[in-house]
Amino acid sequence: MSISQKMNALWEYANPRKFLATTERALPFFWTTAAIATVAGLVWGFFFTPDDYRQGSTVKIIYLHVPAAMLAINCWLMMLVTSLVWLVRRHHVSALAARAAAPIGATMTVIALITGAIWGQPMWGTWWAWDPRLTSFLILFLFYLGYIALWEAIENPDTAADLTAVLCIVGSVFAVLSRYAVNFWNQGLHQGASLSLDKEEHVADVFYYPLVLTIAGFVLLFIALVLYRTGTEIRARRTKALLARERVGA
Amino acid sequence: MIALLSRDLKLAFRAGGGFGLGLAFFLIVTTLVPFSVGPQSALLQSIAPGVLWLGALLACLLSLDRLLALDWEDGSLDLLATAPLPLEGVVTIKALAHWLTTGLPLVLAAPVLGILLNLPQAGYAWLLISLALGTPALSVIGTFGAALTVGLKRGGLLLSLLVLPLYVPTLIFGAEVARRGALGMDTATSLLMLAGITAAVIALLPFASAAVLRINLR
Amino acid sequence: MIPDLGKYADTVLSAYAISILLLVALVVLSLRRGRKVREEMERTEARLTSRR
Repeated sequence: MSISQKMNALWEYANPRKFLATTERALPFFWTTAAIATVAGLVWGFFFTPDDYRQGSTVKIIYLHVPAAMLAINCWLMMLVTSLVWLVRRHHVSALAARAAAPIGATMTVIALITGAIWGQPMWGTWWAWDPRLTSFLILFLFYLGYIALWEAIENPDTAADLTAVLCIVGSVFAVLSRYAVNFWNQGLHQGASLSLDKEEHVADVFYYPLVLTIAGFVLLFIALVLYRTGTEIRARRTKALLARERVGA
Repeated sequence: MIALLSRDLKLAFRAGGGFGLGLAFFLIVTTLVPFSVGPQSALLQSIAPGVLWLGALLACLLSLDRLLALDWEDGSLDLLATAPLPLEGVVTIKALAHWLTTGLPLVLAAPVLGILLNLPQAGYAWLLISLALGTPALSVIGTFGAALTVGLKRGGLLLSLLVLPLYVPTLIFGAEVARRGALGMDTATSLLMLAGITAAVIALLPFASAAVLRINLR
Repeated sequence: MIPDLGKYADTVLSAYAISILLLVALVVLSLRRGRKVREEMERTEARLTSRR
């Protein structure tokens, strides 16, 4: 066994253990803050904000739609980063974190799409329009599906991690490309950015603060879910490794 | 390289090689469209470029799972991996062979099928150009998908799920060129974008395909 | 208790209901699978150590 292989073995055993121990301590904090911020933000947004003069009460959907959409994209970014870390450093936790995050991102994409459709119905007069942003989210959802399906399909965990990591990188390039292609293909109905530092553009303060709170809640929830699910994946891997060793008879 | 290309071409043309299946599929899809949307020629005329592009894309997709699977099964892929030719070259040749046996016939057949859908006179040249520029990208992207799923037993369906989202930009710009051409509008921007995507894909994606193949052959 | 949502009540309520349902489902499924996997791992570990 060469030195680099020994190093790899060290990473494989030492690091996931440490990860599990650390997350075990951090998780209660993330679960509680996520629950508090999400519930408080949604309650604030739902019960205590005024209606928009043009959109009526439908503006309340923003507290679900915008955080979900943000996470849908950022989750893919996180998967891209962890995939790169896996390919470069061969850090197993990183690959498993990408795997753990994918279903969360897919769910967030679905929430963004569904709330968008429900919101679009009274505002644009249709459930679905081939608006660039809606369309790119649909494409993003397809990418998530393919990514998850590839993980499920491959037996060997290291091969699966490698292949999905490459798919994630190539997919990112094509996702960005599709985003621009779709823009070119159809001008949209969507409003401009809801959140930006440019005060002129973003939504009024009454809507802004509860929105920030729900976004914080969603982000915390995402962190909690990713950490928890990564732990699950690590344990599943360990069980598999133990069983394999038992079969060999060591 | 040339030996590999001619071998692949010979295999494709031999009985059971699947050459012509893609063409037949393309013909059937085009024939089914009027049955599903109705025979009004004005409607068919307006959707013809898009339908032909989609048909060509699906026909291309259909033949992808054979692209590497046969070589994987009989072990010649392992031989190719240890050959002096780099794997990047191998996948490029594979994609080229796929394009010559699937993409090129589709390009040539598309104008004939255009008649069935009442494609406007101005559209034929643009349809040919857009398909000629776009189908190489479809073959190269498809090779990447085939390399990803080569070791899997039921890779066919997964292959479609993985490859179809990657086809989106090519389809958008390709169909846009054909549509605008048929309407007599300016096609320069979409044509440049389509060509750009194809060039970038041919230049870069073989590296990803080769990397993926190496992982699968490990 | 529920604020006056005007003519868009159905829209807003269904958006909240579906989203919250999806989020809760995601959390519950994650927790359930996590618990199952953890038990399985502990069982396997216990079996392997007891035999040695």
